[in-house]
Amino acid sequence: MSYVTKSPWVIHYDGSSCNGCDIEVLACLTPMYDVERFGIINTGNPKHADIFLVTGSVNEQNKAVVKQIYDQMPEPKVVVAIGICANNGGIFRECYNIMGGVDTVIPVDVYVPGCAARPEAIIDGVVKGLGVLAEKRAAMDNKSAAPAAAEPKAEENTETEGKEEA
Amino acid sequence: MVKIIICVIAYLILAPVIGGLLAGIDRVISARMQGRHGPSVFQPFYDFFKLLEKEPITVNNVQDFYIACFLLFIVVTGFFFFAGMDLLLVIFTLSLASTFLIIAAFSSNSAYPQMGAERELLQMMAYEPMVLITAIGFYLYSGSFNVADIIHNSKMSFPYMIGIFAGFLFILTIKMRKSPFDLSMSHHAHQELVAGLKTEFSGKTLAMVEIAHWYENIFLLGFVFLFFANGTIAGTVIGIVVCLVTYFFETFIDNNFARMKWNVALNSSWLVAITLGMINIVVLYFM
Ligand code: SF4
Repeated sequence: MSYVTKSPWVIHYDGSSCNGCDIEVLACLTPMYDVERFGIINTGNPKHADIFLVTGSVNEQNKAVVKQIYDQMPEPKVVVAIGICANNGGIFRECYNIMGGVDTVIPVDVYVPGCAARPEAIIDGVVKGLGVLAEKRAAMDNKSAAPAAAEPKAEENTETEGKEEA
Repeated sequence: MVKIIICVIAYLILAPVIGGLLAGIDRVISARMQGRHGPSVFQPFYDFFKLLEKEPITVNNVQDFYIACFLLFIVVTGFFFFAGMDLLLVIFTLSLASTFLIIAAFSSNSAYPQMGAERELLQMMAYEPMVLITAIGFYLYSGSFNVADIIHNSKMSFPYMIGIFAGFLFILTIKMRKSPFDLSMSHHAHQELVAGLKTEFSGKTLAMVEIAHWYENIFLLGFVFLFFANGTIAGTVIGIVVCLVTYFFETFIDNNFARMKWNVALNSSWLVAITLGMINIVVLYFM
């Protein structure tokens, strides 16, 4: 049995957003929803986190931050994109500096739609992420290279874009 | 001799189990105090085993070595204590263990752990005098630094060492990493500076820090027990009950006080050590 599903620690990052989803994520931690029931803890440290909750879209300024947080998290890890902004850019999609959803920078495992996403939906998304987490953990046991397969692609992506910038 | 071996083996095996359970109970009680349902009492164990399952990421290998030393010397501290050995040796080993934790944090060269390490040093400065005074108090009262002799002293030391006991409770808040004095590393879901010390520890390394914390808590409760032990069953029962009440009290304090600045922690604990501790020592000396 894998313990990753019983103690998922989350890290929360807010990109270009209206802060609506941001507040809904924090609402999950309040006594009303109390996600600590499931052992979920909100850490501020990517090195301790298992689940990366991203709200808001990615822009040229914060893509490096998102990427860095993702890279610093130890495997197995899961990314949950919360709110339509994080899914595909949402209301900010047409802005000149917006690259789009979180999946333009890092691989996303669970998409939670909504504007703003309701706390219930966010908790559902995290619980769905637990399934992915368990799978990734099993894959790590089978072959340690398997879960990392998605990463090089994302890296290439940012690298080429980095060049364009330069 | 057989008794000592049993005590030590029981400590080595049971301390992490009981320490983890106490941590779980602490989390449930804290949650209830905040009007939440809270996690299962076994949550600390789930966390621990999860950390073991994570990919190992470390800034440098020497860091893991220091943390392993930290765990080792915390265990050795408890070992000396429960084997009934010299109280001073116990205290010095404990200081050595804490030093390894601080060096581990410094070795990462990262900003937050460095802040955390400095704060941990300040905390050590804050609680060390009182710990020493406690040991001296036990010596003055029972005529020996040996834990075994103190436990078998037929008179309970608590009534004569109330001041020292109160002072020890005060620094216990620092040692157990409870608010208002959880400056360098808190066991709650805090971030940045407040969890500074453990910023660069992850996976197995963090798991080692956790289990060391459980060992340490049990050892500290052993210290509380020492005030009540008088070699009889009644004394033992009273001691264990007081240990549990103390733990609950620390949880209560933790949930009811805001974190304070380091100077408050340092000043207040020295003030307590000088007043409560020293006055008690003087009284014991002339008794
Ligand atoms: S999805 Fe809607 S509520 Fe959420 S951050 Fe975007 S605009 Fe705000």
